Amino acid sequence: MTNNHHQPSDNPASKNSRADKNSCAGISLAAVSLRYEGKYLFKELQLDLPQGQCSALLGPSGVGKSSLLRLIAGLQPFEPSGRVIIGKNQAQLPGHLSAEIAYMAQQDLLLPWLNALDNVTLGARLRRQRPDHARARDLLRQVGLADYERALPATLSGGMRQRVALARTLMEDRPIILMDEPFSALDAITRLRLQELAAKLLRGRTILLVTHDPLEALRISQRIFIMSGRPARLSEATLPEGETPRDPADTALLAHHAELLRHLRAADDDSAFGAQQ
Amino acid sequence: MMSILRPLIIIACLVLVWQIIIWLSNVPHFILPAPARVAEAWWVHHATILGHAGVTLLEIALGLLFGALLGALSALALAYFRPARRWLLPVLVASQAIPVFALAPILVLWLGYGIASKVAMATLIIYFPVATSFYDGLRRTEPGWTDLARTMGASRWTLLTRIRVPAALPALASGLRVATAVAPIGAVVGEWVGASAGLGYLMLHANGRVQIDLMFAALLTLAFFAVIIYFIVDTGLRRALPWQPDKLPTEQEE
Repeated sequence: MTNNHHQPSDNPASKNSRADKNSCAGISLAAVSLRYEGKYLFKELQLDLPQGQCSALLGPSGVGKSSLLRLIAGLQPFEPSGRVIIGKNQAQLPGHLSAEIAYMAQQDLLLPWLNALDNVTLGARLRRQRPDHARARDLLRQVGLADYERALPATLSGGMRQRVALARTLMEDRPIILMDEPFSALDAITRLRLQELAAKLLRGRTILLVTHDPLEALRISQRIFIMSGRPARLSEATLPEGETPRDPADTALLAHHAELLRHLRAADDDSAFGAQQ
Repeated sequence: MMSILRPLIIIACLVLVWQIIIWLSNVPHFILPAPARVAEAWWVHHATILGHAGVTLLEIALGLLFGALLGALSALALAYFRPARRWLLPVLVASQAIPVFALAPILVLWLGYGIASKVAMATLIIYFPVATSFYDGLRRTEPGWTDLARTMGASRWTLLTRIRVPAALPALASGLRVATAVAPIGAVVGEWVGASAGLGYLMLHANGRVQIDLMFAALLTLAFFAVIIYFIVDTGLRRALPWQPDKLPTEQEE
């Protein structure tokens, strides 16, 4: 909010359009099952994500976090008995792609033959629309890359590339953002900076963040879900009070961090036991 | 500087080895002529040699053009249409069991002694490496890019043209490099089987009249032009794909 003060002209407009979309942009999963090589990754899973909040999804590797995210994105077919409800769509068909979702992955997925600006406007060109270069430039400025619009991805650092990816995600202007470990490949300081930037720029949207970093979850999310076992179940962890992004040095946050780590270790043992069976 | 000097040094060394073999083995000049003798033959016959080289170069260039076009179009069709994949891919693979050289007499029979049969031969040889490597590249699109494009609402067509084709261009480029390297073989084999012009024809003719020095001169001319064509294609491809890292890490250290 404070950071948007210097551009009052376009701020209310973008806020309104966001609010309209958010009024019906939660995510709801009912009895969703997914099998991988005959075994259930998760069975009749239930999950409700309120609109306008950031929810983090933690859990051991291979438990099915990314699969769940891809399933919500419509990239992963699931068993027809389940239902995924996204925003106003009553029931989404398995493998159907929603127009309300933007997807941000662990790799920046920048196209190496396009410069930063063209990467940000990729979505429009894929839909054969005229790219809005003015908005793309503005977004590149907001992620601090105003001088790099002509740069090819190979010439940018990992953090810069992920910021271009963030601008590309924002360019899509979708009410729901699905993020699959978006900052995990970055060094610690770059990661903290990008978490703050993302929390600021994505505020008000419905976010599901898959992460293996409990600190990241504690810093930028309003709810934390832990996925464990096979078939996987979801449990919810408690969060400290206060606005996101939370200060990583805050004692309350650190206490929650310790608690969350204990929880995750239990979940990991649980999953290891499940995998052995 | 070294990059220009190095090939010259290598050539000089090879010529020296050649000369040493002549000195040591004392082979008659109609088996292995001395470098000086070949150079003299080249100088005496250079108009003839270059005239025939022009024909061979035209065959190679046309073969490259048609082979690359057909190969690239086949790869695109295979990548985009599932029925094409199911019905054409096995045919394409099985067709490679036939040695293309064995087709040369048939091509000459059908298309005559002129340039057409040699262009067809070169096209056939070039087609397969181009088609397979480009198709391979199209098949191996980074799955993350495909996912991202799908969430952005890309159609199958824009996914192909905006992401899969540019992503497969480096693979197409390596196919074209292989094709450029084998293209002269296609043209020359075609000329050996039956022709009225071209370096292959000249070599066969010179061989028949025991003008071995002329044959070597023609052979070296062919090798020279093959290297030049490869160099042009390789440089062009590097320029066209600037995002493609074309150096190995160890080479970059130099």
